[in-house]
Amino acid sequence: MSEKKQQKFVLIRKMGPLLGLILLALVLTILSDRFLTVNNLLNVTRQISINAIISVGMTLVILTGGIDLSVGSIVALTGSITAGLLVGGQALLTSVLIGMMVGALLGLCNGLLITRAEIPPFIATLGTMTAARGFTLVYTEGRPITGMGESFRFLGGGYIAGIPVPVILMVIIFALAYIVLKRNRLGRYIYAIGGNEEAARLSGINTKKILLSVYVLGGLLAGFSGIIMASRLNSAQPTAGVSFELDAIAAVVLGGTSLSGGVGTIGGTLIGALIIGILDNGLNLLNVSSFYQQVAKGFVILLAVFLDKKRR
Amino acid sequence: MFQKMSKKSLWLILLLVVFSVSTFLTGCGSTKQEPAAKKTVIGLSISTLNNPFFVDLRDGAKAAADANGMELVVMDAQDDASKQLANIENLIQQKVSIIIINPVDSKAIVPAIEAANKANIPVITVDRSAAGGQVVSAIASDNIAGGKMAGQFIVDKLGGKGKIVELEGIPGSSAANDRGKGFNEAVKAAAGLTVVAKQPADFDRAKGMKVMENILQANPEINAVFAHNDEMALGAVEAITAAKRTGITVVGFDATADAIKAVNDGTLAATVAQKPKDMGKVAIETAKKVIAKEAVAATIPVALELVVKK
Repeated sequence: MSEKKQQKFVLIRKMGPLLGLILLALVLTILSDRFLTVNNLLNVTRQISINAIISVGMTLVILTGGIDLSVGSIVALTGSITAGLLVGGQALLTSVLIGMMVGALLGLCNGLLITRAEIPPFIATLGTMTAARGFTLVYTEGRPITGMGESFRFLGGGYIAGIPVPVILMVIIFALAYIVLKRNRLGRYIYAIGGNEEAARLSGINTKKILLSVYVLGGLLAGFSGIIMASRLNSAQPTAGVSFELDAIAAVVLGGTSLSGGVGTIGGTLIGALIIGILDNGLNLLNVSSFYQQVAKGFVILLAVFLDKKRR
Repeated sequence: MFQKMSKKSLWLILLLVVFSVSTFLTGCGSTKQEPAAKKTVIGLSISTLNNPFFVDLRDGAKAAADANGMELVVMDAQDDASKQLANIENLIQQKVSIIIINPVDSKAIVPAIEAANKANIPVITVDRSAAGGQVVSAIASDNIAGGKMAGQFIVDKLGGKGKIVELEGIPGSSAANDRGKGFNEAVKAAAGLTVVAKQPADFDRAKGMKVMENILQANPEINAVFAHNDEMALGAVEAITAAKRTGITVVGFDATADAIKAVNDGTLAATVAQKPKDMGKVAIETAKKVIAKEAVAATIPVALELVVKK
């Protein structure tokens, strides 16, 4: 193909989701006078921040051609453990760091199961998902944990210069992920593995090490989200995060990342997360019945996957 | 070739948008036809509409809102505390006059109530209460009295002697705490009764069945079951029937249509009737008073009654 045509193709792939987002926002602006207000936009970005941070990890995983179903359970477990430590009198920083380490550890389990035991990602992370949910229920005895103290609320509910803290954290994490994927060797290797794992291995890339780091990052980010969520609700819910993995996968796919790996961008994922968040927010503002909301969300996801298939 | 494909992608994106628009429009259809005059808008955030009890509550509220010429915006949190927070934030963005909340979790709802407080939107809770924030009025059945009612019924039915199972609701929810408290007060008063198993089944019928199946396995002798709601009670009835066990008195709570039918069929011994429709109605009437700046009571109990076979 000519270079010009290829450039055009890449442009469409990149711009498609953004175009969808802009049109969606446009439609909502026309239909609701409440949508395009600074307040509501801050509100939406804060609402999407948890899913968006999980989706960063999910993007890395999906770029390698894998999948991580355990993120929702990791959210519940790390939130509970951090909350439990805080209630037990541990320092804020210690509790948060231990919570994040638990997330990373579960990610490491995923990575080891996939690279060493050679269990397919879907099954390996399904196992972790179930076990982590079980651990959460054991740890919390099935009851929500509360009473973490006021200082903990800053992470999920605070503001810096009028901007919600989770939004700032989300932006930082996206920026870091962007740099890793664009400018860093790790990023190039991730794309290479997703493109063709065997070829990547033969060309001298330590694919197992890369895959391991990707799942650890996925677990770490999910764990961090879990802590933010516990802070936002000022309570750690043992049932938190159910089906979060699906929202994250949806955001990644809506953002134009291919489920078969190797193709996709971190910016696309942000747009995907925004589309889902704005869809939820807009349907709420327009008072659409919650039953229709799920129908709409399902159709949008199906359309995105269909688009992904057509682009190939 | 790629040119063609990219056109296709564009068409698909367009389709996506058209679809979204059509969904919005069908969703808005009802409101669009109403006169443009500014109506009072009340927000109602419900824990889940996947439970007939809360559907009744919504219906009661909707009927009362219609009768008073007010618009009711209903949001379904699907039993997810973080989704409920998002729903309420979105109600605040809509600048509704008042928010009626039926919390998923008494403690996790506090940040949402504080957000409404900050936006100067009054909050009323209904059915379940909140552990913090400023709530103008909490409307709920007297669950402790209801639990006691159910407990006393079992005490009388068993003649003060026997083995009882308690199926608990979502741990930490005020309904589960209060119903359990009332029930245990009544049962403790009768020396011959022992609670042999006490397990949470999260107000869910499938879980109620599963938990009851396991309890039946573990306990060869059970004389009565008290479930914190009808869904779990009916699940327990299924488990008991499947295990071919007889002579077990099952008592539920809520008096949903299914449960009343089961009481009349004789499979369920009794259920405590909360009145979800009345609760919805009282919530709207209270909201109306709050908007009119009239004084309202901090807690408003809604009456209960024991439903047995006629």
